[in-house]
Amino acid sequence: MAEKTPLYEEHVALEGRIVDFAGYLLPVQYPTGVIREHMAVREKAGLFDVSHMGEVTFKGPDALDNLNRIFTNDYTNLKNGRVRYGVMCYEDGGCVDDLIVYRRGEEDFFVVVNAANRHKDVAWIREHLQGDVVFEDVSDQYAQLALQGPLSGDILSSYTELPQKYYSFIDTEICGKPVILSQTGYTGSYGFEIYCRPEDAVFLWRTILQDERVIPCGLGARDTLRLEAGMPLYGHEMDATISPLEAGLDFGVKLNKEFIGREGILNRTNRHRIGIQITGRGIAREHCDVYIGDEKIGHVTSGTHCPYLKGAYAMALTDKAYEVGTKVLVDVRGRKIEGVVAELPFYKK
Amino acid sequence: MKTPVELKYVKTHEWVRFTSDTECEVGLSDFAQDALGDLVFVNLPEVDAEAVKGETICDVESVKAVSDVYAPVSGTVTEINEELLDAPEKINEDPYGAWLFRLSDVHDTEDLVDAETYEKICAEEGN
Repeated sequence: MAEKTPLYEEHVALEGRIVDFAGYLLPVQYPTGVIREHMAVREKAGLFDVSHMGEVTFKGPDALDNLNRIFTNDYTNLKNGRVRYGVMCYEDGGCVDDLIVYRRGEEDFFVVVNAANRHKDVAWIREHLQGDVVFEDVSDQYAQLALQGPLSGDILSSYTELPQKYYSFIDTEICGKPVILSQTGYTGSYGFEIYCRPEDAVFLWRTILQDERVIPCGLGARDTLRLEAGMPLYGHEMDATISPLEAGLDFGVKLNKEFIGREGILNRTNRHRIGIQITGRGIAREHCDVYIGDEKIGHVTSGTHCPYLKGAYAMALTDKAYEVGTKVLVDVRGRKIEGVVAELPFYKK
Repeated sequence: MKTPVELKYVKTHEWVRFTSDTECEVGLSDFAQDALGDLVFVNLPEVDAEAVKGETICDVESVKAVSDVYAPVSGTVTEINEELLDAPEKINEDPYGAWLFRLSDVHDTEDLVDAETYEKICAEEGN
């Protein structure tokens, strides 16, 4: 039985097309449609319900040691009020999940994980905790909204001060409701994520939507936006069989420290995540095979039509790295269509 | 949702407009375009291709997924709506104007239903 977020009734009232996503009933789109929702985020502002995301906390003298041992990134020099990406790996280098870490104090960290992986992540972390640390799954204590788009700062600044830097956050209030407000997102556009109490979610959702420059956006646009921005998604660009380096997440992997999965990552192949711009007619989708001539070099992990760039783009896992400009063919249901290796991200703000 | 009474329909959500006893145009219904969402690509059949009732004749793609289009009747493709190749959104904007292809030698018409029956089919699917 799928769960409802605190905003479920709002989505129904707005005629959202509800689907079961990662065990949560969420709108894939509103009557506006995916393309207009996508464009709103690139040009104005769009509001997403991302309450399904999981949140966990690490507190205590050994909190930092545990993060540094269980996650691939190094959080030692992460300042209070800042956010840093990371991955959690199995011993063999495959990915348990990817996540972002908020440092709330010297011994106080707030970590956001993928909804679909929440229970698996919590079990994995519990199994590997060491020392003096209090670990807690606080997902049910938070709802989350994402306001994304170039106007999102203007819109929020009528209610609160803002975290000024990308990947920073503040504790603040919006109309008296306590929130964690971070300059983060999963769209490639300027924007913010708002963590609030579940009972305040409807009020905050309605308050923000009062601004005529904002429209509500669904999971469909969230996916096309992240793909256009070249952002990996767990279960597609990375999973238990793909290492973070194979997924191109080098910036979030610090091999100069010890962590779970380090040896596994080093023993991996040279597989590589590439971007492909489709130049022929058609749309490459997940699982489509990628070729150079007759030789298969990999498969598409995500692909769609990108509304802002007005073309079909895909990400693929290939046997090795290929230079930008390399011509490839993608097998779309038995028809080989032309594409070219393109720089990631496809869209940059 | 619009369901023009002068057209025939099949339960796979294609519409048929007869232009003579043996010739017709085929498109996607308003119900279909709404269910599919924003269309971003159409892959039309070749001219002279044989349409076989109930079998896949071409496909359309929304942002999220690809969907097969089924031949509502049998016949021979005489023309495709090339305008849609660069403007698939016309199917969303005007589903009964945006025909996909034209057929001649139309036969195997027994699956066609009228607008009223088709609306009932949609109502059942919508529930």
